[in-house]
Amino acid sequence: MRTIIILLRKEFRQILRNPVIRAMILIMPIVQLIVLPFAADYEMDNIQLGIIDNDHSSFSEMLITNVTSSGYFQVSKISNSYNEAFKSIESGTSDIILEIPKNFEKDLFREGKQALFIAPNAINGSEALLGSAYLRQIIQDFEGDICPDVMVLGSIDKNRLEITSSNWYNPSLDYHLFMVPGILAILVTMIGGFLSALNIVKEKEVGTIEQINVTPIRKHHFILGKLIPFWILGNIVFTLGTLISWLVYGITPEGSLILLYFCIGVFLLAILGLGFFISTFCNTQQQAMLIMFFFMMIFILMGGLFTPIESMPNWAQVITYFNPLRYLIDIMRMVVLKGSGFHHVAFHLIILSIFAVVFNFMAVLNYKKTS
Amino acid sequence: MMTEPIITVEKLSRTFQKGKVKAVKNISFSINKNEIFGLIGPDGAGKTSIFRILTTLLLPDTGFAHIAGYDMVKEYKKIRQIIGYMPGKFSLYQDLTVEENLHFFASIYGTNIDENYHLIEDIYNQLSPFKDRKAGNLSGGMKQKLALSCALIHNPTIMFLDEPTTGVDPVSRKEFWVMLSKLKRKGITILVSTPYMDEASLCDRVALIQDGNILSIDQPGNITKQFPRSLYSIRSNQKGRIINYLRMFKGIYNCYVYGENIHFNFEKEDHREMLVKLKKNLQHKNLFDDTIRIVEPSIEDCFIEMLSGRKSNAIENG
Repeated sequence: MRTIIILLRKEFRQILRNPVIRAMILIMPIVQLIVLPFAADYEMDNIQLGIIDNDHSSFSEMLITNVTSSGYFQVSKISNSYNEAFKSIESGTSDIILEIPKNFEKDLFREGKQALFIAPNAINGSEALLGSAYLRQIIQDFEGDICPDVMVLGSIDKNRLEITSSNWYNPSLDYHLFMVPGILAILVTMIGGFLSALNIVKEKEVGTIEQINVTPIRKHHFILGKLIPFWILGNIVFTLGTLISWLVYGITPEGSLILLYFCIGVFLLAILGLGFFISTFCNTQQQAMLIMFFFMMIFILMGGLFTPIESMPNWAQVITYFNPLRYLIDIMRMVVLKGSGFHHVAFHLIILSIFAVVFNFMAVLNYKKTS
Repeated sequence: MMTEPIITVEKLSRTFQKGKVKAVKNISFSINKNEIFGLIGPDGAGKTSIFRILTTLLLPDTGFAHIAGYDMVKEYKKIRQIIGYMPGKFSLYQDLTVEENLHFFASIYGTNIDENYHLIEDIYNQLSPFKDRKAGNLSGGMKQKLALSCALIHNPTIMFLDEPTTGVDPVSRKEFWVMLSKLKRKGITILVSTPYMDEASLCDRVALIQDGNILSIDQPGNITKQFPRSLYSIRSNQKGRIINYLRMFKGIYNCYVYGENIHFNFEKEDHREMLVKLKKNLQHKNLFDDTIRIVEPSIEDCFIEMLSGRKSNAIENG
């Protein structure tokens, strides 16, 4: 215990004296939490739409008005032929083409149905997907609007089903509410993971580890002396982040704050353990950095924040079971948005505890004082 | 005098890179209590590997060592309590101050600065004006004094100093050796390595090391006494031309630059005529202004002698 206190005092002195770490702890949460949620906005607007109106009827004009007044689309070009419109996609001025066929209005009355042609530029997959989905929605609404007219004028008997949805826990589907807790989870992961991965390697690089290794300090004392300061730092970053999400976005956890801190505490033990484990088998900070980046990329991209885990292929879903960040993002959303209690996140906590024990055990085991 | 061994090393070897590099080759020696024992050898001779093995940082492939009666492998924990190690590379926390470093290493061993202040007093007196300065901002000589203080602060029985004077100015080097002799008087056994041959004479006993082998172990005086030839020295400001001439001169065994001078010796001890001829020729060529003198061989001369002996043996053996 006495040894640990000595090590802690030394570690804190070094951390507080390091201007880069000090700045990172303060600036990273502020910048990431203020900038990223606005940038990582899933709502699409300003989609450039190229229109080919072969009909020039009042209905085709009405449809175009409906599309442009939705706010999602801007008409970039009105062309007379598909070829001309396609050129605008090639040149990048249009993202989606909507073609209204000849005799659109006439045939709609005569036959009661009509086909429209949508051609999105799928180079940006999510834009194409969302853009054509929005467009389809608008056309469907348009169909509903004109339906009474059609029914009066023509003779269509159509049972239409309208689907409405309401978004639970996030009624207005506010992306900030959805993104901020996830970004906060990533933030804690990055601070904890990188600081711990680089720390022991730094002692190796500078050579101070030699001087430590000849002393009677025990291995687990040494690791604990490293673990505790970064665990506290992680909690400070989380506190700062929580404050920012409250002040800037007005997000306060629905569930218990104590539970949230408990989960962060367990998660930090896991991610710090991983960092130390990486630290024990690397010889330079560069190696440790690269390996940690590899894990970070997988953790973040397969954590369920940017791509829902449910929409991943099965094998990828299996990989996410080994991603501690996945559990934290889940917990954050459950507790912050849903107000879940301890028993809802118990399973997640057990898994995170297993990660924590395994990683730290491997770190202590692999940290050799003798080579 | 006390001749009780405190460190015994038996047939120690260690390879690196899966056996490709043999750093330490089957060496054995013992160090007596309360002596200053020097490992003398050029860079890459294996000095640091020996140090790291004896300080329990590196496991040998074969062989064993006892340090103060403890088995190096099984009782490494006890050994770590009683040794002080000063690595060749400055290994203290550069972002902590002088005082913080000293305090940290004292408390890790469960002691404090006051308790063992008498050991480091002489050294720390010179450091105390800078005690609030970060270790990374100290000069080379000061860093080395701080490292020695930190290695001493827990009152070790044996000190391991790996090239403590490398990169230090000549005045600080001298001071450092004065400090070592003071520590010896306080009953501490010191194992020190150095690439500087002139420091060998300051040790009680030295081991000359080359390529992981020990060439010779003895008191510095005995080693120089065993030098088998008469050694000559020429002082000149045209060293290059003299060396070139000596290399061509038949009957010369070894010739090399030694500080301001050139040292050389003959293959045979019966070489009076050759010497006369050599003098005449050099004078004729206007190459030397002073005189040719017989000098006492130093450790460096012995080292060169041993190396050339080994080389010719190696050639003979094929």
